[in-house]
Amino acid sequence: MADPAARTRITVGLGSCGIAAGASDVMNTLEREIDARGLDVHLRRTGCIGMCYREPIVDVETPTLGKTTYGAVRPEQIKRILEEHVVDGKPVEEWVVREEGRDLPDEGYYSRQVRLVLGNAGIIDPESIDEYAERGGYEALAKALGTMTPEGVIEEVRKSGLRGRGGAGFPTGTKWELAGKQPGDAKYVIVNADEGDPGAFMDRSILESDPHAILEGLTIAAYAIGASEGYIYVRAEYPLAVKRLKIAIADSLERGFLGKDILGSGFDFDVHIKEGAGAFVCGEETALIASIEGQRGMPRLRPPYPAAKGLWGKPTNINNVETYANVPWIIRHGGEAYAAHGTDTSNGTKVFALAGKISRGGLVEVPMGITLREVINDVGGGVAEGREFKAVQLGGPSGGCLPEEFIDIEVDYESVTKTGAIMGSGGMVVMDDTTCMVDIARFFLEFTQEESCGKCTFCRVGTKRMLEILERICTGHGREGDIELLIELGEKIVSSSLCGLGQSAPNPVLTTVRYFRNEYEAHIREKRCPAHACKALISYSIDHDACTGCTLCKRVCPVSAISGERKQPHEIDQALCTKCDACRQACKFDAVTVR
Amino acid sequence: MENGNRGQAELARYLRTVDEVTTELADRRGGLIPVLQEVQSKIGYLPPEVMERIADRIDVPASRVFGVASFYSQFRLEPVGEHIIKVCHGTACHVQGAGTITDAICDELGIAEGETTPDGKFTVESVACLGCCSLAPVIMIDENTFGRLTPEGARKVVRDYED
Repeated sequence: MADPAARTRITVGLGSCGIAAGASDVMNTLEREIDARGLDVHLRRTGCIGMCYREPIVDVETPTLGKTTYGAVRPEQIKRILEEHVVDGKPVEEWVVREEGRDLPDEGYYSRQVRLVLGNAGIIDPESIDEYAERGGYEALAKALGTMTPEGVIEEVRKSGLRGRGGAGFPTGTKWELAGKQPGDAKYVIVNADEGDPGAFMDRSILESDPHAILEGLTIAAYAIGASEGYIYVRAEYPLAVKRLKIAIADSLERGFLGKDILGSGFDFDVHIKEGAGAFVCGEETALIASIEGQRGMPRLRPPYPAAKGLWGKPTNINNVETYANVPWIIRHGGEAYAAHGTDTSNGTKVFALAGKISRGGLVEVPMGITLREVINDVGGGVAEGREFKAVQLGGPSGGCLPEEFIDIEVDYESVTKTGAIMGSGGMVVMDDTTCMVDIARFFLEFTQEESCGKCTFCRVGTKRMLEILERICTGHGREGDIELLIELGEKIVSSSLCGLGQSAPNPVLTTVRYFRNEYEAHIREKRCPAHACKALISYSIDHDACTGCTLCKRVCPVSAISGERKQPHEIDQALCTKCDACRQACKFDAVTVR
Repeated sequence: MENGNRGQAELARYLRTVDEVTTELADRRGGLIPVLQEVQSKIGYLPPEVMERIADRIDVPASRVFGVASFYSQFRLEPVGEHIIKVCHGTACHVQGAGTITDAICDELGIAEGETTPDGKFTVESVACLGCCSLAPVIMIDENTFGRLTPEGARKVVRDYED
């Protein structure tokens, strides 16, 4: 084989998002076309490049031109990219989204990011242990096992100031120390990869893009607390993550980074994968432990904390994916280098899944202390389609919706918690003026009500009652006093539930009542949904001045509620209309109006 | 579900599957959930006779098997269609109109959410989040994900599976 540096390299982002957008077809076409032309090209896969809004993404790196990124690539574009860029050395300008040394608009997406956890994501082939090792992979493990005591490792993590990235923000060093101090040698370490928040995909992307980093972090944790067995509890909906973890585990075992006598240190450690079976509450650590033990995933009272009495009654350390993925970097560069990023109380970086009504949605990693405005506008490119910002939702069903007045707060645990939202695991969903805040509260309550395990009465029954109230408000049957009742129920559920699910379930309602009370009142008093989102309170009509009579809406209407002759304004029969929105989405002239 | 019309031969095959899976997995600690997952992946759902057999084989009360099977959303107690259509209702999909996608697909197939078509071809269900938030709204049919859908686009995707 020729010198790899002298060869052209083409990389396709094959994370779940990329594949869903058609990256596998792009990969197959590349393979075929490169072969057909007999080109000397190294075609390879990587995980999540992060620019989900540009998927499928293809990177072309030639020895002379450096790296060029193409976005939204379709199989039919491959021929031109190969012929013009690879053969003739002229990138296909109109499809380029990013290029080394140039300041294209998408550069803003990366310029504010600090990628420590995502340092390898979108760069290495996640199924290649060699590519992980080339970028410093397993150096941290060698350093920890070869030159550090378990206490020394814990001290380094403590110095880094790393806090639990699953959302609660408990100091990781302290957690490790508690488990480490427990007597006995049967201890466990667990990766919580049961990412359940709707609207969040940080852990999935890390698992799919850099599985070895999690394994390495977990193994270092096991050494630090004295565990010889570990579990990775992965959500069942993440088959690609499971596949890549299995490959990573097999390769690490073969290279001696896992198993018996790791790197000749005498330290033994084995890892098992447990696939979750679909229960949001299993993100709570005691419920997760019950699930690994084969039980219904129901939380139990703490203390005793898992650090003292966890899996099979033994001392257990549980951290989430992102927390472990930070560990190799911290050990390699030192806790102080990590602590140099971020704010006084929240060190390092945080990965966010930017989604919703945002121009550039994707996976981003930013230093703690950055403001929400900077994340949304500078990184995310602002609200999609130039619409008006209404709120940003942080922390999923346990978090809250923050209005514009909080958009300049710094992202750190304390500042976010003060607003009534939570940092959470990293879901950041942007909402515009078409999103109804009452409907969003109802949406989250529907989720938590469904996912409540039923153990605590207030969580089980209280969320049900709150949901009923929200449903009647959204359908125009809200009553005076409903808002007060929601607040009262919410506060009671927070104070009377055992675990995080119940204690935080009312947050989406309480924050929207606090910051968007006028929307609740409009629904209750005027039977009006200001965002035009609640179906029972809106009607569709056609603006006769804008309608050109193109008949498109008539053809897409599934219930034949639209009538009208070609080139004549059309009409919607209100008795037949199901408000499915198909006509509005189909209309090219914005003639379908919602009121 | 009427048990009478399910063939004896089919039931015997189910029970043999349970025996094979439990032989392979039962001695692992905490093995009930992996056993249920493996059996369901082979049979498609978990009928009462199957849960009872699992209980016998791994020596736990049938009530516990049912308790676990009914707790987790992955386990199905009713048979499902040949293709499972999962409509994502995560936050991002919700704000991008997941409700209209579910409505369009249900209307196309003439069934309600959670139901299976009479010909046994499709089951439609809502799921919490498929984790492809930047492609919202998203659906998954079997192992394939389709993103950036409109109600009309979702109908087309489903029609392609109808042959």
